[in-house]
Amino acid sequence: MSLVVAQTLTKTYATDSVQVKALQEVSFDIAAGSFLAFVGPSGSGKTTLLNLIGCLDKPTSGNLEVAGVDIIQLGRRQAAEFRGQNIGFIFQSFNLISVLTAFENVEYPLVMVQERPLVERRSRVLKLLKAVGMLEQKNQMPEQLSGGQKQRVAIARALVTEPKLVLADEPTANLDHETAYMILRLMKQMRDNFGTTFIFSTHDTRIIGEAEIVCTLEDGRLVQREERGKANVQSSEDRRAKLTAL
Amino acid sequence: MFNLVKIAARNLRRYKRRSLLTVSLIAFGVVFVLVFVAVTASIKDFMIAQITDSYLGDLQIHRGGYVASIESLPLNLNLPPEGVSSIEKVLSGAKEIESYSERIKFGALFSNFMETTNIRINGVYPEKEFATCPQMLSRISEGEKSVRALERGKILVPKLLAQGFGAKVGDTVVVVATNKDGSVNGKTFLVSGILESATGPGGRDGYINIEDAREILRISGKEVSEIAVSVKSLGQVEEVAQSIRGGLGLGEKKQKGGGIEVHTWSQLSPFANIANMIDLMTYFIKLMLIAIVLISILNVMIMAVYERVREIGTIAAIGTLPRKILSLFLVEGFCLGLTGAVVGVFFGLGIILVLNLSKITFNFGQATGLILAPTIAPKEVIIASLMVIVVSVLASLQPAYKASRMEPIEALRHI
Repeated sequence: MSLVVAQTLTKTYATDSVQVKALQEVSFDIAAGSFLAFVGPSGSGKTTLLNLIGCLDKPTSGNLEVAGVDIIQLGRRQAAEFRGQNIGFIFQSFNLISVLTAFENVEYPLVMVQERPLVERRSRVLKLLKAVGMLEQKNQMPEQLSGGQKQRVAIARALVTEPKLVLADEPTANLDHETAYMILRLMKQMRDNFGTTFIFSTHDTRIIGEAEIVCTLEDGRLVQREERGKANVQSSEDRRAKLTAL
Repeated sequence: MFNLVKIAARNLRRYKRRSLLTVSLIAFGVVFVLVFVAVTASIKDFMIAQITDSYLGDLQIHRGGYVASIESLPLNLNLPPEGVSSIEKVLSGAKEIESYSERIKFGALFSNFMETTNIRINGVYPEKEFATCPQMLSRISEGEKSVRALERGKILVPKLLAQGFGAKVGDTVVVVATNKDGSVNGKTFLVSGILESATGPGGRDGYINIEDAREILRISGKEVSEIAVSVKSLGQVEEVAQSIRGGLGLGEKKQKGGGIEVHTWSQLSPFANIANMIDLMTYFIKLMLIAIVLISILNVMIMAVYERVREIGTIAAIGTLPRKILSLFLVEGFCLGLTGAVVGVFFGLGIILVLNLSKITFNFGQATGLILAPTIAPKEVIIASLMVIVVSVLASLQPAYKASRMEPIEALRHI
């Protein structure tokens, strides 16, 4: 079952006199539970594509469905609600809220987006922090954490709402090689545990090997799709069961 | 809501120096307003009390047209006996009235047998007059400071006149007046006291017993020129005036057209304009406070939004609805305003307390060494605090709205 279906996606940015085609008629589908990487050099359209899938931007033309929803038709508020319920984000610069502790950062989407009750919030946050190995640092502020630790917290934050899809834009760009590997493996482990689809972008050739599907972009075009392993697709019930078991 | 407040408080702590500066500025404004309101209100109340309790009364009742021609003290516009009886009936039944005093006022010649000048005479019932204008006793600078000063045959002479004539307590003087029929009559009086003017040098009002006034003017019955009324609370003056008008069956038309007129102190004394000016100054000071709060909160919130664009992008990307983002910044503004108001009220009330303990003195008219006793009504404190909080939230509205309308993708790109 496809979680993301894109057909002839085109995105054009218009400046004063020049039109830049960031994506040109890109079509693909991504199965639920995939661990997929969009790779390519800078300016190839990776971030643009992730922004479109993440309902942060709209294509100039083409169709895009995520979790069966035509996200191009969503209004500003509906898109925010859709993101809050279905998509988790991991950013290159971690983007933790600097005034909140690690625990509170993970808790934030449950409080401000999904408005879950306190008891449920606490148990879910603690489980996720344990899963990413950050339980001991739960009361530390982001400034007290290393880059790798920050990204672990960011992964926990992305997963805490039990999203169908996690989008990670260059999640290892600000990390050293060893930590980058660790983060990729952690993401994969989370995919294995929760069945969440992970889509990430990278131009770091050293970590591309971790991806099960690699889609190569060049000048806004999808030039290659390489399937290296079978996605471990799980139903949402399986996902919840795994979360509960943690 | 608790989480919004928690995040807002953390964000304010993030920029400690800026938040402290803003809170200090707001607090300073609140302190200034509270102290100013307390001091000016106490001075204003004191001045009003000096005027109303010294000679004017809180309100006065006259026959229609009397006030318009009060400078000539027209005897033909006195209240007739039957009018006085009906007014007394109304006044006796009103609970809010402390006391009232009937007066016969007339212009007369004042002579010490060598020189003669004109004087304004007030014939009064001593007990009633001193009850209605309790500070009148303190205006007697020489002589008897009691109701005995206005026993029959005695006169309280205004200081200006006494100085000009060299009149002293115990001297005999003559008061000569023309009654409304045109016949002249005179009576000798013993100077029982020298009366200070209430508001400074000047004043030609002398006081005698009302029976002596009736004798000079050959008035029989209860006819009087005016009835001065003292109410229990100055704040109730307008209400009491309305209730008296109602009791006397006076509508607006009758009030203007003739019959009986009821005037409050503010309609009779030019000092009301000064009191209004003081009120106006207070409004301007409050306006300044609003400006201080508006500018400082607007400034700090614009900075806060500008510095947290990426953070706004992040929380918007992970699904925070625009109204929640709006609330986050509004709560921040609210917290700043609330903190400033609380700190300001604390220090403001502290300064008012210190001023009271310091017993600072000032002079007003002939009264010297008056102790400044600033007080502030809880209502004023609440109004100032609410004003600050509401303006803080309003000032946060524009930056908060801007934050809530940010496109996450653009905000995330912000460096």
